[in-house]
This record gives sequence, structure tokens and C-alpha cells, in this order.
Amino acid sequence: MKKELIKPQALIKNEDRRRFLRMGTMTVASAGLLLVGCNDEDDMGPTMPGAVNLGSGDVGILNYAYALEQLEAAFYAEVMKGGYFANASAEEKTILGDLEKHERAHREFFKAALGANAIVSLEVDFSSIDFSSRTSVLGAAKVFEDLGVAAYNGAGQYLESADLLLIAGKIVSVEARHAAAIRDLINPGSADFAGDDIIDANGLERTLNFTEVLTAAKTYVKTDIDFSQLPS
Amino acid sequence: MNLIKLLDSMCPDTKSAEDKERFYSRRDAFRQFGDFGKKMALAAVPLAVLNAIPHVAKADTASLIGVLNYALTLEHLEYRYYQMGLDSGVINAADRVIFQKIRDHELAHVRFLQEVIGNVLKGSPVAEPEFDFTAGGNFSPFTDYPTFLALAQAFEDTGVRAYKGQAANVQESDVVLTAALSIHSVEARHASMVRRLRTKKGQDTVKGWITNASIGTLPAATTAIYAGEQNLTHAGVDVSNLTGIDANAVSEGWDEPLDKDAVLGIAGLFLGASN
Repeated sequence: MKKELIKPQALIKNEDRRRFLRMGTMTVASAGLLLVGCNDEDDMGPTMPGAVNLGSGDVGILNYAYALEQLEAAFYAEVMKGGYFANASAEEKTILGDLEKHERAHREFFKAALGANAIVSLEVDFSSIDFSSRTSVLGAAKVFEDLGVAAYNGAGQYLESADLLLIAGKIVSVEARHAAAIRDLINPGSADFAGDDIIDANGLERTLNFTEVLTAAKTYVKTDIDFSQLPS
Repeated sequence: MNLIKLLDSMCPDTKSAEDKERFYSRRDAFRQFGDFGKKMALAAVPLAVLNAIPHVAKADTASLIGVLNYALTLEHLEYRYYQMGLDSGVINAADRVIFQKIRDHELAHVRFLQEVIGNVLKGSPVAEPEFDFTAGGNFSPFTDYPTFLALAQAFEDTGVRAYKGQAANVQESDVVLTAALSIHSVEARHASMVRRLRTKKGQDTVKGWITNASIGTLPAATTAIYAGEQNLTHAGVDVSNLTGIDANAVSEGWDEPLDKDAVLGIAGLFLGASN
């Protein structure tokens, strides 16, 4: 039987899940186990063959960030090897070279911080990106950077540790700096660096939840990610 | 960020069953309001939506009001600066679209924070102080464009550090924390754009991100704005040692916070004598 990427529990819409949560923690825990069909002894381990389980609590959130940083770092590593980068302007080479280093540093930091709790390396799929094309590379960079900002902004409220919240805050503003620069390379001198497509009438940038982010990332990640134990 | 969507994605931060019921019933009402009221001004929405924040203890409310009034002071400063810049004609015609967008965001932040403080938390939003953007006659931002850009960079990079420094102080409220994070990343986008604009014009060599604690060609008075940005160690891990990536790049990859006293020390340079 083909295993689904997202466990049924994770497919419940937030609103329903919150109502569901009001039934009480014990009820939810047991109902959750029934829904996902995993057994009591194995509920912290991988529940699907080949799937990576991000885990729960702050560790789960850090693994979520680690997964996104893996994706970004792998992307810029490919950009460095591609035809567009080889012929890019000096300014664009500097920016993309910096982004490659920043994202690799973020990735290695999370791996070290998570230690034994770190998920494995994800298998990426960039077949939809043409690394010889400026438009394709910068378009993908924009997707990744904007997605990263929205993911960190959306996940902050679930972190229990104030120290980890601060670390996430230190990284998310750099992702936002990246996103603005990439957007300005695509549409120079315009207001797109902080466009209305991602910032609302209250001047607030969009947030995305775990499901939205990982659904968007799925185009570029072959490895199945089980995020059903993340906080909500 | 859509506030109704935000409301959908959060837990009421209260243990009281009564408050939770109030939260859910209000949220449902506002979702419908959102569905049927799309023609209403967007700015009218947050008051209604944010009224759904469950009661929090009075001490917590006072603390949140304090943090948000501090943020509001900085947003007043930024908004007034860009509005005066646009009114003065100092900004190059080609760049006005950039500063109009930034001005719009700062004004939206002022209004948003006023609503949250005054109508949701039932506090008193601070009045706009009187600003002196010449800092006692030292700068001429509204007649000299390079100076206007330099101070804009200083304000944006300070704003990023200021919001970051308060994240833990609003952590008790999911709604306020998420809103603060959503302002924080907008300020970072502004900062990146203004920094790169200065370099494009040959006024500096700074990148969109902060290298070490470098002030570039900014006036020496801005040193405090970048103090500590050279940090390479996070959660006890020296990332440059860990990765072999040069310290410049690692320092760029993490922005550092500033505490309230440091930020008010910087902002104080631009407060008029009457304050």
C-alpha cells in the first residue's frame, strides 16, 4: 500500500484540530495514535518507511528550520555550478556567493545544534530549475527566500525556548535581507523588495504554517517529511 | 500576513475555558466578517480581529503595552523621517517609489500598533515625539541625499535589532509575537534595500547584510547601531570554526539584537529639545 506523505492527523485543518484539541490532551494523544495507526512503542520513530520524522516540540521546530536550510543550501550550491552564475554580473556573483555561504552556515549550525536529534540529509530535486537561466535561478531564489521568511515568522509562536526564539529571529531577518535583494535583482529599483504580494495593508509580512511551507517545498524535496508531531 | 488567517493558525494563550470559548466564537464571527466585509477598508479589520485576543493577566498586559509603545516610538520616528524626506524633495525622482513604499509600511505600523495598544490592550498609545533629524545641527538629511540615505540605513538596521531584542518579551502572546515578527522582517527588507541603494550610488560598499560590526561610511555616531554584529557564536557554537566559512560571511548570516536602552540611546540623538 502506498504510504501518504502527510499523515491524516496533519491533514485536519487548523480550526478542526484546535476544536479537537479542546477534547483534552489525553484524548487527542490516543485518538492521534489511532488515526495514524502507529503503535505505542514506536510513536517517536519514523512512522513511514523512507519518511523523515521532524520530531516534536522545539526539536521538531529546529528540524523544520534545518530542513529548509538544507534545501536553500543545496540550491545555492547548484547555482554556483551552473551556467547562469558563470556569466553573471559581478554584483550578482557577490550576492549569490554570499547567500550560498550564509545558507550553508545556517544548515551546519542547525545540524550541530540538534546533534543526535538532527534529521538526515534530505534528497533534493531541482529538475524544475534551469541553472543556465537567470530568470529561472532568480525566480527559484525568490521562492526559497520568501518561503523561508514566512516559515520562520509562522513558526516563532510555537517555540517554547526564548533562546531559540532569539536565534530564529537572528536568522529570519537575514533571510528577509536576502529576499529583498533577490527581488531587487529581478525588478531593479521598484517596490518589489517589499511587495504587496507578501506584505499586507497593516505592513505585516505573511506567515505560513507548517503544512503550507512543506507543501510548497515538496516540489524540490524527494524525501518524504513527516511533520505530524510538530506543535500546534 | 492575513490576520484572520493568523487567528486561524493560533491557540488562545489562556488556560481559562471561558476565554477559549470567547476566542473561538469571536474568531468564527470575524471569519464571517472577513468573508462578507471584503469591501471594507483593510485597516478596519485588525481592531475587530485583535479584540479576539483572550484576556491576559494585567501584569502581562502592562508589559505588552510597554513593549509595543517602545516599538510605536520607533515607528513614529521612521514614518516622520520618510514623510519629511518625501515632502522635502531631497529624494531622487527614480527612488521615490522605494521610499513611498517604505513610508507606507511605517505609517501602517504606526496605525497597527496604535490600534493594538489602545483598542485591544486598552492602554494609551504614546504620542508622536518631536524629532530633530539634524541631531542638533549635525546632519542635513532633507537637503543632502547621501545623508538622507545614510540615516535611513541607520534607522532601518536599528529597527531590525530593536524588534529582535523584544521577541522574548512578547512571547507570552502568540498574536503579538507573530505580529512583531511580521514587522521585523519588513524592516529587514527595508534595511537590505537601502543599504544596497547606497552602494549602487557609490556612497558605500555595504551589502544588504551586515558584515562584522562595520559602519561603512556612516558617521561615527552610528557605531552603537552595529556594535556586536560581529558575533559568530550561537547556542554555544562558533559557526566559523564549525564550518570553515570566513568570519565575514558568518557574521552576515546572523543579525544581532539590541536592548531597549541601547536603542533609545541611538534614537535619543534625534529627539527634539522639547521632549
